[in-house]
Amino acid sequence: ADRANLAGVRHIVLVLSGKGGVGKSTLSTELALALRHAGKRVGILDVDLCGPSIPRMLRVQDSAVHQCDSGWVPVFVGQDKAIALMSIGFLLERPDDAVVWRGPKKNALIKQFVTDVAWGDLDFLIVDTPPGTSDEHISTVEALRPHQLLGAVLVTTPQ
Amino acid sequence: CPGTGSAQAGRAPPARDAPTRGSAAAGAAGPDPVSAAALRARLRAVRHTVLVLSGKGGVGKSTFSALLAHGLAADETKQVALLDIDICGPSIPKIMGLEGEQVHQSGSGWSPVYVEENLGVMSVGFLLSSPDDAVIWRGPKKNGLIKQFLRDVDWGEVDYLIVDTPPGTSDEHLSIVQYLSATRIDGAVIVTTPQEVSLQDVRKEINFCRKVKLPIIGVVENMSGFVCPKCKNESQIFPPTTGGAEKMCQNLSVSLLGKVPLDPQIGKSCDSGQSFLAEAPESPATLSYRNIIQRIQEYCEQHHLQEEKIM
Repeated sequence: ADRANLAGVRHIVLVLSGKGGVGKSTLSTELALALRHAGKRVGILDVDLCGPSIPRMLRVQDSAVHQCDSGWVPVFVGQDKAIALMSIGFLLERPDDAVVWRGPKKNALIKQFVTDVAWGDLDFLIVDTPPGTSDEHISTVEALRPHQLLGAVLVTTPQ
Repeated sequence: CPGTGSAQAGRAPPARDAPTRGSAAAGAAGPDPVSAAALRARLRAVRHTVLVLSGKGGVGKSTFSALLAHGLAADETKQVALLDIDICGPSIPKIMGLEGEQVHQSGSGWSPVYVEENLGVMSVGFLLSSPDDAVIWRGPKKNGLIKQFLRDVDWGEVDYLIVDTPPGTSDEHLSIVQYLSATRIDGAVIVTTPQEVSLQDVRKEINFCRKVKLPIIGVVENMSGFVCPKCKNESQIFPPTTGGAEKMCQNLSVSLLGKVPLDPQIGKSCDSGQSFLAEAPESPATLSYRNIIQRIQEYCEQHHLQEEKIM
């Protein structure tokens, strides 16, 4: 199951910054929508566990995730419901619930997001990250390393 | 010193670690009884502690923390301490004009870096060999350094300890609340911008504060409108599509301390390490900041009086 769920993903792009509030989630969303518009099969993995912004940006903040035999089924978003999205936002009982987790718990969920989501066949998987260079980033890179990591896009503002 | 890259990093014994360039520190997740006593002793001389939080990144926490510190230190009879616990992205050294400074150790502990005689600063930024060094640490190591900042820094007698935090509700936030239980935290100032994407993270932060029983002094709405210096027209660069901080504060029964408009001089002052309040005393943003700072001061003083009455 480890390799299987990402086996059909051709390219993985990480969107990083270091700095918060520069537009990582915005860019991840727009990038996914643009690639979809160009006819590609796209997925978004939102590993910002404390501040997941992608569900609201794609108007699916009230959605829930379901399980299938191969793992979790992503939520399908976008005009043609063809972009696959996974975010902790879907696992919260209430949208304002704070996810107050230390590193080890965050790491465990990220590993699950990477290995247990049934992404299917995708041309691009965009991975949106929180600011910093800590648990989420280390765990995401470690979990994705066996797969087709295309590279990272870094976002900043001018100051 | 093992250095941040060595396999021994994070395993060195605490307490006597010198704050050398590139030094690594580690500790257990929560304070043990010995550490708790050490923390209490060190923090006994701190009268007021204010945490600056958000949940959302890039809304102006560090900017606000720095200006709060400058504003409070304008009264030369007050001793102000600014502690930056954003381990991955420490902005305070640059904003305070202290890039390149080092931390020195004396018999009584690590010395803060002083901007003014009555304004001392501590940040992981001062421990890096080069400003571009990435601190790629997992939670436990970050917690260890935060504990060292509180236990080993010789702040002396402090009227106000301002703690700048990274975005989120994770290790750093849990740890600072835990470690500061050795002293009393007056409360948290929560910073946001007007748009819903920020507010949704800030609501989580408010819930975090309630969960850990951290009083909320109030919310500051940054980047709240922009007045063109040429035509004087006001624009909403980050439109408050769901009512902004004002509506959120009403809904969650927290105080709105104030709204600060966007002023390009703020970013410039931060980049050049100068106090925006001093560089642009006539800006509407300066007026807003000063009002907010005064409200925070009043809250702390009132809080103190109430406590004294109870005792």
